[in-house]
Amino acid sequence: MPDEVLPDEALFTAVMNPASRADPYPLYARLRERPVARQHDGSYVVSTHAAIRALLFDPRLSSEDLPPFKRPPTGNPIRDWILNPIRSRIATAHRPLIFRDPPDHDSLRAAVMREFTIPRVQGLRPRIAREVDALLDACRGRGRVCLVEDLSYPLPVSVICELLGVPESDEPRFQSWATQLATALEPDARHDVETRRRTVAAFDAISDYMRGLIREKRRRPVGDMLSGLATLRPNGLKPMSDFDLIATAILLLVAGHETTVNLITNAMLALLRHPKELERLRADPERAPRLIEEVLRYEPPVHFRTRKALGAITLAGETIPKGAPIILLFAAANRDPARFDDPDRFDPDRPDIEHFGFGGGLHYCVGAPLARIEAEIALVALSRRLVAPRLMQDPPPYRPGASLRGPEQLAIGIDGIA
Amino acid sequence: MTPEPAGIVVVGASLAGLRGAEALRRGGYDGPLTLVGAEPHRPYDRPPLSKHVLAGALEADATRLPELTSLRARWRLGSAAVALDRAARTVRLADGSVLAYDKLLVATGAQARPWPAETGGDLAGIHTLRGRDDARTLRTALVAGPRHVLIVGAGLIGCEAASCLRDLGLPVTLADPHPAPLANSFGTFVGGVIAGCLRDAGAVFRPGTQVKAFEGDAAGRVVRARLADGSALEADLVIAALGAVRATGWLRRADLMADPGGLTCDAACRARAADGTACPDIYAAGDVARWPIPLYEGRLVCVEHWGNAVEQASHAARNMLAGPGDQRPYTHLPAFWSSQFGINIKLVGLTAGADSVAVVQGSRASRRFLAVYGQAGRSIAALSFDQARWLPAYAGAILAGAAFPPILDATDQPRIERADPGFSPSRASASAPRPVEVFHA
Ligand SMILES: Cc1cc2nc3c(=O)[nH]c(=O)nc-3n(C[C@H](O)[C@H](O)[C@H](O)COP(=O)(O)OP(=O)(O)OC[C@H]3O[C@@H](n4cnc5c(N)ncnc54)[C@H](O)[C@@H]3O)c2cc1C
Ligand code: HEM
Repeated sequence: MPDEVLPDEALFTAVMNPASRADPYPLYARLRERPVARQHDGSYVVSTHAAIRALLFDPRLSSEDLPPFKRPPTGNPIRDWILNPIRSRIATAHRPLIFRDPPDHDSLRAAVMREFTIPRVQGLRPRIAREVDALLDACRGRGRVCLVEDLSYPLPVSVICELLGVPESDEPRFQSWATQLATALEPDARHDVETRRRTVAAFDAISDYMRGLIREKRRRPVGDMLSGLATLRPNGLKPMSDFDLIATAILLLVAGHETTVNLITNAMLALLRHPKELERLRADPERAPRLIEEVLRYEPPVHFRTRKALGAITLAGETIPKGAPIILLFAAANRDPARFDDPDRFDPDRPDIEHFGFGGGLHYCVGAPLARIEAEIALVALSRRLVAPRLMQDPPPYRPGASLRGPEQLAIGIDGIA
Repeated sequence: MTPEPAGIVVVGASLAGLRGAEALRRGGYDGPLTLVGAEPHRPYDRPPLSKHVLAGALEADATRLPELTSLRARWRLGSAAVALDRAARTVRLADGSVLAYDKLLVATGAQARPWPAETGGDLAGIHTLRGRDDARTLRTALVAGPRHVLIVGAGLIGCEAASCLRDLGLPVTLADPHPAPLANSFGTFVGGVIAGCLRDAGAVFRPGTQVKAFEGDAAGRVVRARLADGSALEADLVIAALGAVRATGWLRRADLMADPGGLTCDAACRARAADGTACPDIYAAGDVARWPIPLYEGRLVCVEHWGNAVEQASHAARNMLAGPGDQRPYTHLPAFWSSQFGINIKLVGLTAGADSVAVVQGSRASRRFLAVYGQAGRSIAALSFDQARWLPAYAGAILAGAAFPPILDATDQPRIERADPGFSPSRASASAPRPVEVFHA
């Protein structure tokens, strides 16, 4: 194995290498030997369950690229404006909440959580079921299903459109923006100049679209989430500015897209590799929730997220210096033998399944209940409707992203659609 | 022939008693187990009494604690222990029966400090709040719609009650001799925030107010409070929230280090005899226990918190089952929560003795903040108002003996200014061993 000669400081470079995509887990096992491992570039990879748990609740962890400006307001806005470096304002003011720190993060998140109600999420079930059935109906008469393009990819976007209140007629436009924006959360994809240009263009287009839609919702609020956010007259909550609203809406689209794609695809891959589990799911759809939790542990859609140390942090015998980038390697913690028995075994019946599939701490995924419902409906339908499904290529080809890791396509041979 | 073992007797059938008994069973103890409780009720939970129960969101009787099904205990409820004979190893109950023990766990907790009868304590309409029956009676009185409610004592229970009563729309005055509410627990620097909450909620807070006596009408109902300055306050319902006294009266003649401040224990939770030696067969846990806390230089403390009752009871049980050579010291970082005015308050550590305080995250103005207390340059306690997610990190810093203030460069950190926490002089000097009432009303 070549990675055995790799120095510890190069392990994360190896993780980022697309050649590791199909099976990064041996690299993760090596990383876990040092819970906090410094890399060549001065970043620190945190990979054990205990170390990540400790850090998620450490107040020195920042999700903003720049540390927030520390000087308290003087009470004189003009003076503040001169004192505050302008770049820090611009850089921090209109980021979506996933890239914000408290206290702004908390008020934005509280607003979203208020709208992410259980009835609203549960109310999406019929739409999801209808969409899944339509997508599978479209595969009739074929000898194979390409799961990603046929189902996993289009489903989450139309669900988010419904959630936000985007008219169905505008959905195709949304699908194409979503495809372009999907790269936005991928740390390694931002450096490609052409991708960046196209992403910016998509951002501009979707922002313009959202601005118009928000104006419309303010004028004629209906029962959807965007109307709720746009007309929020909260007790104690600041009304959301247009900028924040647009940023939030785009975040919901982006954060809920490729993640859900990966969850459905990874789950199906795991089921096809463990046909007994697929059989059991077909016989008993009640097994879906525990199966999904195990997929979130065993093959999570999001492998890591990055943070920055606002101050020096000492953990597991290592001191992360102030300003250092930190990589929270959730997928490695999910396979930590110190936390899970026989962690490399796919076992939906394991009693203890406290995974980091949805992250943790203050940025814990707000869309988790929705993602679970989407995956549940999709998997139950797939298990019942695909006749004699079999994996055509194992491992499947993967997209290059190391964080939002998932198959580029998953070809499944079938004898028909039931 | 070996005599029938007397087994283990637990006196006090509440949180610490129940959790201690459960820990004994979990620890493998298979012999006879008896729980003695003064109240007729199965163990129940007290924290909801001053919150959900007063607010009417939970019936007083719905506070029963979940019990381990395999406890296999004899319950002696409704019969208080009245005397302990250490030489004979027996406990005498109020009904005259005598229980023999091989080992004894004292978990008699504390009682609300009553208003003295000589100054009106017997008048109808004066309430205390410690038990389920108190809460039920008080709730009934509140539903009847009192015109002027006076709460005496702005400690945690007084403030929680004030918050509930304002939610119910009742007129409330809260009187306390200190300049701010919660001054004993948190000092005036933080107490001022609660003063603001009281004001916004429409309660009247009267700082620096010493109630001297209560006066009643011909029917013996309270009508007003007489203050130290001679003035009077109308009140047809009074909640005396004056803190607690440890239930050690039944140990009076047992020749133990016991007084209304608690039953003194050694580091292993064993009760100390009057001569200072540790009794190998008597342990104590929960609100009643006064123990040397290693993190704070072994100072003797009574920690009147839910979390301590649970953990100390389990620890005592563990030591009760272990041999004399395997008695482990109880090391615990005190922690408690309170909810009032829609704020979730949590404290870790002990504030007593703090000489400084600093807000390290958030702001007092927003009522969302994390404050750390320091003593002689060391961080000794961390207090959260709606910022509990960060507390574990600060608890870690306190356990590690971090300098004050700890954790610089946090998110949402204001410019750090050290302030005087504003404790009254008696609390500011917590160096000499003495009881410290932490959950103090
Ligand atoms: C209204 C209220 C609100 C609270 N809120 C909080 C909170 O939010 N957070 C927090 O951390 N803590 C809170 N506490 C404190 C917490 O409830 C106590 O720390 C906990 O109950 C202690 O448990 P214990 O078993 O040691 O004592 P207790 O609960 O006092 O139980 C002692 C038991 O022993 C019995 N007893 C006494 N004498 C005898 C005798 N001679 N013979 C037999 N039985 C006897 C008593 O009747 C009682 O049932 C609150 C307390 C009250 C009263
Ligand atoms: C399987 C599907 C999903 C997975 C695995 C997933 C995973 C995650 C993870 C790991 C985070 C933490 C990010 C961090 O710590 O930096 C996160 C945050 C977030 N997710 Fe998801 N997510 C999924 C679906 C969704 C959906 C469907 C939505 C919305 C419709 C959504 C919205 C969000 C938002 C808004 C955040 C940011 C929360 C914050 O910063 O407070 N996610 N998600």
